[in-house]
Amino acid sequence: MTALLGLGGLLVVVGVWLIGIYNRLVRLKVRCEDAWAGIDVQLKRRYDLIPNLVETVKGYASHERETLEAVIQARQVGIDASSVGDQARAENLITGALGKLFALSEAYPDLKANTNFAQLQEELSSTENKIAFARQHYNDTVRQYNTGLETFPNNLVGGTFGFAGREFFEVELDAERAAPKVEF
Amino acid sequence: MFGALRLWRRMASWAHDSDATYHDLIARNKRNSVLLVVGFIAFTGVLVGLLSAALVGGEPAAAAPVGLFAMGVAGVVAVWSYYGGGPAILRMSGAERIAKNDDPQLYNVVEELAIGAGVPVPPVYLIRDTAMNAFATGRDPEHAAVAITWGLRQKLSRDELQAVMAHEMSHVRHFDIRLMMLLATLVGIVALVTDFFWRTLRFRSWSGAGGGRRDSKGGGGGMALVLFVLAIVLSILAPLVARVLQLAVSRQREYLADAGAVELTRNPEAMISALRRLDADDEVLEAANRATAHLYVVQPIKKFEKRARGLLATHPPTEDRIRRLQQIVVTPLAGAAT
Repeated sequence: MTALLGLGGLLVVVGVWLIGIYNRLVRLKVRCEDAWAGIDVQLKRRYDLIPNLVETVKGYASHERETLEAVIQARQVGIDASSVGDQARAENLITGALGKLFALSEAYPDLKANTNFAQLQEELSSTENKIAFARQHYNDTVRQYNTGLETFPNNLVGGTFGFAGREFFEVELDAERAAPKVEF
Repeated sequence: MFGALRLWRRMASWAHDSDATYHDLIARNKRNSVLLVVGFIAFTGVLVGLLSAALVGGEPAAAAPVGLFAMGVAGVVAVWSYYGGGPAILRMSGAERIAKNDDPQLYNVVEELAIGAGVPVPPVYLIRDTAMNAFATGRDPEHAAVAITWGLRQKLSRDELQAVMAHEMSHVRHFDIRLMMLLATLVGIVALVTDFFWRTLRFRSWSGAGGGRRDSKGGGGGMALVLFVLAIVLSILAPLVARVLQLAVSRQREYLADAGAVELTRNPEAMISALRRLDADDEVLEAANRATAHLYVVQPIKKFEKRARGLLATHPPTEDRIRRLQQIVVTPLAGAAT
């Protein structure tokens, strides 16, 4: 009788413990999804701004077709991307293409003086910063989630209930602002 | 990211806190806020009790209910200060809330940093003053506000503006704002109340000189005198203690907010040049007073305080802050930039 009770107690304790692990993994996963939603909002905003920018630039520098095409194409690649990795590569493409477009605008004083263009430039560079910040946050949450999944005994619980690790949103090094590091 | 983490630890150790991590910092600010409120209530009870005993002259036992009542009032004041302190400080500073259309760049910068810091976007306020300064207030990141003077807004480049606002967002993120807000309001109230009692005390000694003496025949007189002296000592000490407390808690968190800002923006140069610009400005911010001085990014009442360096300054010298920032070398990390 006591042995049975003891066994029952043990089962309850283990059960509660497993539920705790499961809930923790769910929490981490939801945080990743939230963080991804944060990036997604900014990506969509950027897709919305780009056509306006292209139209504005066309009015002043219509013969810079190649640069404009590159921006439009990169945007399309971003919209079509399905995985986190593809998305990250597409965003690098857009950032690069936009960078070229803004560098080119230096040669057109009329374009630079256009308030609409100045506004779009501010909005786009702000959106780019927001993507960068949201990416940092997303990668932090993914790191926590992935670590949570890989450690024992979470990996057993995670495996049983079909939790899968998530992909980091990575950018090319030169497109990224260098991380500060203290030298001694 | 690891670079930033190392940077964080290093900067934390500069502030004489070798093991302070981000969460410890928040926990400490929350704990100190509770301590401050408890201390404020206890202090008010004792002070008012003693003062009333001194004024009425006599039985210390009679002072107990008065003290308890004062503690109740202090509790109400503390609750008001917790919920209404942020808006009160903004009002006191003459800050006006602005919308995105009023200043898209400023608004964008704050939005970016809020995303980076993982906190909700706080309302942005503008102070119509040509002096250069900025501050953050509120009880937690969900109820925070950032404010900047028009003068500072005009003179900063986008990167510098980002650095200054990142400094303020760090105060928000670290829960510095809660402790600082409680300090500003409670210290202000302590000063106000002691002031009031001082006046009453003087008034009594002029007009009703006989009042106290008549009741206290013989032995009671000695007791009343002790209480009277104690009350005077306390009411002299009260604003001083409050002031030193305010200074002590304020300076080290400026270093940490600078570090937090650079951790967010990854751009120490912009923080340095913004500080240089701020330091070059000698204008006095009219809306700032002694209760709110510690809230700002740089000391707002400089002209007066520049002579009184050291213990009496609410902020560390700007050169010192710049020196610490210069020790951060930005180098690209090899491999994935995560």
